[in-house]
Amino acid sequence: MSVIISVENLVKVYGNEFPAVKNLNLNINKGEIIALLGPNGAGKTTLISTICGLASITSGTIKVNNLDVIKDYRKTREIIGLVPQELALEPFEKVMNAVRFSRRLFGKKDDNVYLDKLLTKLQLFEKKNNIIKSLSGGMKRRVMIAKALSHNPQILFLDEPTAGVDVELRKDMWNIIKELKAEGVTIILTTHYIEEAEMIADRIGIINKGELLLVEEKNKLIKRMSVKTLKIKLKKTLTQIPKKLNKYNLKLIDEGNSFHYFYNTSKEKTGITSLLYDMNEIGINLFDIQTEETSLEEIFVKIIKD
Amino acid sequence: MNLRGIRAIYIYEMNRSFRTLIQSLVSPVLSTILYFIVFGAAIGSRMENISNVSYGEFIVPGLIMLTVQMQSVNNASFGIYFPKFIGTTYELLSAPLSFVEIVIGYVGAATTKAFSIGLIILATSYLFVNIEIMHPFFMIFFLLLTCITFSLLGFIIGIVSDNFEQLNIVPMLIITPLVFLGGSFYTIDMLPVFWQNFALLNPIVYLISGFRWAFFGIGDVPIITSVIFILLFTSSCVGVIWYIFKTGYRIKN
Repeated sequence: MSVIISVENLVKVYGNEFPAVKNLNLNINKGEIIALLGPNGAGKTTLISTICGLASITSGTIKVNNLDVIKDYRKTREIIGLVPQELALEPFEKVMNAVRFSRRLFGKKDDNVYLDKLLTKLQLFEKKNNIIKSLSGGMKRRVMIAKALSHNPQILFLDEPTAGVDVELRKDMWNIIKELKAEGVTIILTTHYIEEAEMIADRIGIINKGELLLVEEKNKLIKRMSVKTLKIKLKKTLTQIPKKLNKYNLKLIDEGNSFHYFYNTSKEKTGITSLLYDMNEIGINLFDIQTEETSLEEIFVKIIKD
Repeated sequence: MNLRGIRAIYIYEMNRSFRTLIQSLVSPVLSTILYFIVFGAAIGSRMENISNVSYGEFIVPGLIMLTVQMQSVNNASFGIYFPKFIGTTYELLSAPLSFVEIVIGYVGAATTKAFSIGLIILATSYLFVNIEIMHPFFMIFFLLLTCITFSLLGFIIGIVSDNFEQLNIVPMLIITPLVFLGGSFYTIDMLPVFWQNFALLNPIVYLISGFRWAFFGIGDVPIITSVIFILLFTSSCVGVIWYIFKTGYRIKN
């Protein structure tokens, strides 16, 4: 995959305050969905703002399609669409006019056929002559996306796109994002909802206190960091773990009716077979077995905590 | 140059005025008519001619200046402040637009509105007085330059303001008094000597004087002084805007 955005040694300091972004390096591949996770004030929005031109860069370089975002700002901005976190819309404007305005700002000729298609895709076509003020919060969020896509960008930044929206709309948004990816659009999204990143992202970046702690393919990250739990329900209650099983670090639960065994699937041996063998040898019969996997949320919390 | 982008801002701003036509057009024209009735007809009929110009005619340039200066400042300041207030400046900053293009869009629209209102007021004045404009081309040039300059000033005010109160402070507490005391309704030599000298510190005096010269060939200060002054004023506004955009002051985070 070719790199479409390259951030090198980016530093952003607001006034004389503590740096919001510290020496950050990141490459974003063409056509991928990358989710940037981090707590409030981590520097996610600042990173987006520097790439899109909303905030000046203290030091470092950002390239989009191999072009510098400061020197070649016209060319780099032409291919970027941005949906900010806040619902920022002219309340008294009609939907179609607002979307057309955005397209014109990017120097593009009017194209009502494209805009009609876009509004249809975002389920806004029937509202195109409505005043924005009259729309629901979810519809306004769609208008924001329509404005960002009005000039047919190759890269789309979504800053907390589903913050404060209901579950149904959130799922609709995910579908829209997946459709855009299928059309070849590179998507960078920041989110608080780990579930969102887990559902739609190809790669995960975790930012905290202005530093990029890691960037990794979602599935690899989950596999690498994931600790699985084997819950073994016993036929007979145990008062303590037998000595022979001490090496497995088992945790007795449910008043001695079950125990937990923790293992990692990324290792060559999980130890499950030998555990079951040893249990059989000392005459412990099992009644039921369950496995549980660490969620991305738990991985995220662990990384931030560490 | 992103001409479509400039046009987009310009049309958007003009459409905003059309949506609020009463506030944008009818209100300033009505205010001016009231000034004509009160100062021109009621009081003016009892006033002597000033430099062979009837008082009703004399106040026309001052009334036009009064309105276009206020309109330029208000339109331009609100034009850029409103996107700041509702958070839509992100669109301008993330679009392939240079700062010069953004200024041309907003200041161009504010200038057009103020200039149009100035011409409408001039046309309206013919309902009350019969004016012959001595230097019509210079009058148009001076009116246009005043509209541009005060729109630039309004743009600066809109950028610097953090709330609606600040947005109104400069027009209400500084520009309005200066315009009223700048010779809209009188000549400087009608004032006591001390106040005559004091009035010369008021920059608006030079603008009204220059504009009145275009109408009647008379002014409080020589026309060249007025021209130099407005050019200096325009340059200062351009300089401040250049600094704002160079540093991103109050625009970029």
